Amino acid sequence: MSAPRLVIEALGVISLRAGGAPILRGVSLTVDTGEVHGLVGESGAGKSTIAKAILGIVPSQVRISGGRIVFEGRDLLALSASELRAILGRDITLVPQDPSTALNPSRRIDAQMTDGLRLKRGLSMKEARLRARALLAEVQIRDPERVLSSYPHQLSGGMRQRVLIAAAFALEPKLVIADEPTTALDVTVQKQILRLIRALQERHGTSVLFVSHDLGVVAQICDRVSVLYMGKVVEQGGTADILQNPQHPYTQALLAANPRYDRPDTGLEPTPPEVVAALRAEIAAFDAGALSRGGG
Amino acid sequence: MADDLLVARGLVVAYGRRSAQLFSSRKQVPVLHGVDIRVGRGETVGIVGESGSGKTTLGRALLGLVEPTAGTVTFDGADITALDEKARRQLRRRMQMIFQDPMSSLNPRHTIGRILTEPLVLHGFAKSRAAALSLVHGVLDRVGLSRNTVERYSFELSGGQRQRVGIARAVVLKPDFVLADEIVSGLDVSTQAQVLRLLKELTSEMHLALAFISHDLSVVRSICQRVVVMREGQVVEEGPCERVFTAPASDYTRMLIDAIPLPTVDPGWLTRGAAAEAAVPG
Repeated sequence: MSAPRLVIEALGVISLRAGGAPILRGVSLTVDTGEVHGLVGESGAGKSTIAKAILGIVPSQVRISGGRIVFEGRDLLALSASELRAILGRDITLVPQDPSTALNPSRRIDAQMTDGLRLKRGLSMKEARLRARALLAEVQIRDPERVLSSYPHQLSGGMRQRVLIAAAFALEPKLVIADEPTTALDVTVQKQILRLIRALQERHGTSVLFVSHDLGVVAQICDRVSVLYMGKVVEQGGTADILQNPQHPYTQALLAANPRYDRPDTGLEPTPPEVVAALRAEIAAFDAGALSRGGG
Repeated sequence: MADDLLVARGLVVAYGRRSAQLFSSRKQVPVLHGVDIRVGRGETVGIVGESGSGKTTLGRALLGLVEPTAGTVTFDGADITALDEKARRQLRRRMQMIFQDPMSSLNPRHTIGRILTEPLVLHGFAKSRAAALSLVHGVLDRVGLSRNTVERYSFELSGGQRQRVGIARAVVLKPDFVLADEIVSGLDVSTQAQVLRLLKELTSEMHLALAFISHDLSVVRSICQRVVVMREGQVVEEGPCERVFTAPASDYTRMLIDAIPLPTVDPGWLTRGAAAEAAVPG
């Protein structure tokens, strides 16, 4: 078996603003070649912080306090800025959450899509534009020429997200970080976008780290899942195992709170107070241990 | 039907009408094309649809917040589109709204106490501030917030607490009808469960009619008795949840339901229905 494409080991992140309060508490996970790995949890669980740490874009008031992020054998946290630049945006790319703010409103789509192809792949403007056109066709955009010469505001949300997916896959990256890529979309468009991500990922053997708060979405697109609570992985495993036979009380509570149209008598269960108490104790025990180990 | 509380018939709403005098070429953008909907006393009705389907405009028209181009809205037998401002004001106590984003619907300069007591005094529901405060304490107890919340400001509360304040504000006047527009879309699933459970209990305790606007069909199924499916300003299907969710009559409803990802691994889900989606332009 080959080594996983991405290995995150005991990643710790602290907030400098909140007196060094932990945001990530020793997160470890692996993403294999060609795997879609889900990061699921509620707000504040640290899903996006993990994505930002990989991409080297943690906010200034936040600091990585420990651990390693090993991508294809190299620890991203130990690389120089120029070494990172060679990897990020080429081997590791991002599909952002909000398609309306991720594109530059004053530049046409062709200009934005060809940047990476020219700068990271060394294509000429003409070659890059042809490639961009092919990519838009690959994400099932019917008239790529019109989209290429459009400004972002002239496109629908679903269309903009297709453009961003095409851009993320344009350089044939090895790892795509998808940060809640369908949260802003209608369900029918969401389904098309998920189908697209899965198809591109399978065709190119890309690994995907898929951040989501939606257990339904995770069920349909992820091979494996890590469930996060307050910056700690509480459960990890194959998607079917986690959803059908959740071991951790928090995963069980998440599933019990989730309404589903096919089982109207279930769902909307409040998280039992003893589960909340046990989770807090688990977090406190980790923090106490981290303190005695002398690190955050 | 005899127990109808709120009935809209042939509702047409077009935006952009007022500016016609300024720019004569400005065209009207029709948003609702003749919508019929009824909500019975104590009945919970879900209004679902994708963005641009007109569900929010329908909700606003039901409350008389937008003026329809054509059609009528009748509340408890009175046509609200024909009422004068004074009569409307009296109706407003009986028709309340819970907003999507309580952060922007609760005045950040006012304490929660002021936000909750003021309407009670304004509508003559309480003779004095003290009487109003005791009503507010009662409603806070009911929605699961501590009484000292009255001293807090909205920005000091969590999203779930804020939405409880939104619910308290709507029900403290003992209305007959509440419109809830996407009230849980920004909440985590565990908070969402608490808020929905509370709303469900309140509608049955107070015999409250509820129009629940949502893009989330699973949420609607969990708290509504009936559902209205909207698409491009029209009702494509309407009926009891039990029937619509198990045997939808419209292809569009079927497609919407099939697009909901359920938290159960279903290997065929992603590719299923690709042809049907292509056939229904959207």
